[in-house]
Amino acid sequence: MAVFVDKDTKVIVQGITGSTALFHTKQMLEYGTKIVAGVTPGKGGQEVEGVPVFNTVEEAKEKTGATVSVVYVPAPFAADSIMEAADAELDLVICITEHIPVLDMVKVVKYLEDKKTRLVGPNCPGIITADETKIGIMPGYIHKKGHVGVVSRSGTLTYEAVHQLTEEGIGQTTAVGIGGDPVNGTDFIDVLKAFNEDPETLAVVMIGEIGGTAEEEAAEWIKANMTKPVVGFIGGQTAPPGKRMGHAGAIISGGKGTAAEKIKALNAAGIETAETPSVIGETLINRIKKEDGLYEKCLTVK
Amino acid sequence: MNIHEYQGKQIFRDAGVNVPNGQVALTPDEAVEVAKTLNSEVYVVKAQIHAGGRGKAGGVKIAKNYDEVRAFAEELLGSTLITHQNGPDGTEVRRLLIEEGCDIKDEYYISFVVDRATNRVVLMGSEEGGMDIEEVAEKTPEKIFKEVVDPATGLLPFQARRLAFNINIPTELINKAAKLLLSLYDVFVEKDCSIVEINPLVTTGDGDVMALDAKLNFDENALYRQKEVLELRDFDEEDPKEIEASKFDLSYIALDGNIGCMVNGAGLAMATMDTINHFGGKPANFLDVGGGATAEKVTEAFKLILSDENVEGIFVNIFGGIMRCDVIAEGVVEAVHNVGLEIPLVVRLEGTNVDKGKEILRESGLAITPASTMAEGAQKIIALLDESK
Repeated sequence: MAVFVDKDTKVIVQGITGSTALFHTKQMLEYGTKIVAGVTPGKGGQEVEGVPVFNTVEEAKEKTGATVSVVYVPAPFAADSIMEAADAELDLVICITEHIPVLDMVKVVKYLEDKKTRLVGPNCPGIITADETKIGIMPGYIHKKGHVGVVSRSGTLTYEAVHQLTEEGIGQTTAVGIGGDPVNGTDFIDVLKAFNEDPETLAVVMIGEIGGTAEEEAAEWIKANMTKPVVGFIGGQTAPPGKRMGHAGAIISGGKGTAAEKIKALNAAGIETAETPSVIGETLINRIKKEDGLYEKCLTVK
Repeated sequence: MNIHEYQGKQIFRDAGVNVPNGQVALTPDEAVEVAKTLNSEVYVVKAQIHAGGRGKAGGVKIAKNYDEVRAFAEELLGSTLITHQNGPDGTEVRRLLIEEGCDIKDEYYISFVVDRATNRVVLMGSEEGGMDIEEVAEKTPEKIFKEVVDPATGLLPFQARRLAFNINIPTELINKAAKLLLSLYDVFVEKDCSIVEINPLVTTGDGDVMALDAKLNFDENALYRQKEVLELRDFDEEDPKEIEASKFDLSYIALDGNIGCMVNGAGLAMATMDTINHFGGKPANFLDVGGGATAEKVTEAFKLILSDENVEGIFVNIFGGIMRCDVIAEGVVEAVHNVGLEIPLVVRLEGTNVDKGKEILRESGLAITPASTMAEGAQKIIALLDESK
């Protein structure tokens, strides 16, 4: 078990014939991900890396039984691709694409409200269940099977944290990148809920950054509901106000969304935070050592 | 992307939103020419810079005649305006808006933003016009009213009326105010705005509702489909290094420290700044080179960092995920040769083929200090700068 995706998950790659998608399709196949179909309108009938290409998501799902898609479609067309996946009633659509206009995402989120489809992203590295399936763009080899769940707004910081955990012998269940955009699908709380319910996940690392109040809301939720230890890190403690720090959602506006507020909220909810990203792994280890036998259970990487 | 008030008002005018008559002027002569076209007893001379808080900083003057218009224009043009938003260096005033006066009865606050909590466009209003809205939110939050817009229907007339009633616009002007709000929502959506703010919106002595100010901010990600908006960009208002960075698809923000940073990924780039700060150093910039980190991109990034004369050392922090560390190391070595780097450089590489990458750095014969972790890298560059002092 893990959250959202596992070794049996059948995946469609939307925009599979683009160069980025091609590169990552190869990487995902090498990792063992069950890529069963690609979609590029007008290129139906072709084959890419041995994967059949279809004109529509609906057809791809019908012919292959896929339940998840990953979107590499360029920003101007990505919102449409997400909604197409939702219309085809996939369980999950993971959008890697960055720079999608925010008003397109407002429409997407509205469209998804009465659909069964969960959206992860956009502007995210994807989801990986260690040693089972990798759906996205993260380096697979740093992830090793274990019991720690990771949820993050930042791609490279996730790699940083996962790498530290693996080096210390701490394996992971699933790492979920929820993305750096202000309007997105799955949020911290959705992922935390899933980790809380997943019997394999025993502790969680949560990585946030400046902008919005998602971390504060997550802190409250954790305090009220979470039965497993959580540690955190918040990026952007030295970010100047009013500047967008790379991610569209990473901005302190009107004095709101500062790292200091978020750290305070997390700490107040009993969640320890790493002072620098170099000690995210250490912070988690110190925390799980406080629970009887948990550290030993989490030590899964040889 | 920001635009000037006079440009925002033109967009409003085109959309049927009431604004005072007026035009932009680049010289005192032009200012007087514009004033002569206006049918008004007083003229408002407004400095056009992208920062807010211009009124309090002395950037808005009331002139009673053409001579005063000229005098204020001469005073403002070329002067440096320091507001609470653009300090401490301020911004040089290069453009003025010359406007007719307005018989103000009451002032209100209106804005549209994309609200992250609801994932919707939200209309916000208050009867506390002319005040800093953050201050209103803090002191009298009950005076702020909101309408959440369903993207499928757009702002509905009843919502516009309800907000107008809530902020105590006089009953006889409710319909005019509602019509203005509906037009503003159309502007917001059609132009891909991220903020439309009017502070103040006013009711006038002759029974009108009018936008006395116009602050528009546009979604950078949508500019590809907003050619007309893109033409309004004023490069004078932007940091030249940030403009240069955008040409090479680098995400760069100038800061005031002395340690240049080059990082892949926005989250890691922010965390790198934090780490430098944590160990007592001062980052000179935020710089995300993206996933690629090719020799060409690294070269451009080095040039950019070095164009900041405060930079005394550089910290490169790359987590090589998909991209192999040896390829990145070769890129860094080539870039150092290309730009003839003469200041201390610490490189932290982690990820695939990290040993090979470090070997390439070591054997390059260049004065590159390697580091294994972000914390170690930050400490090393700080120590190197301390030594050289």
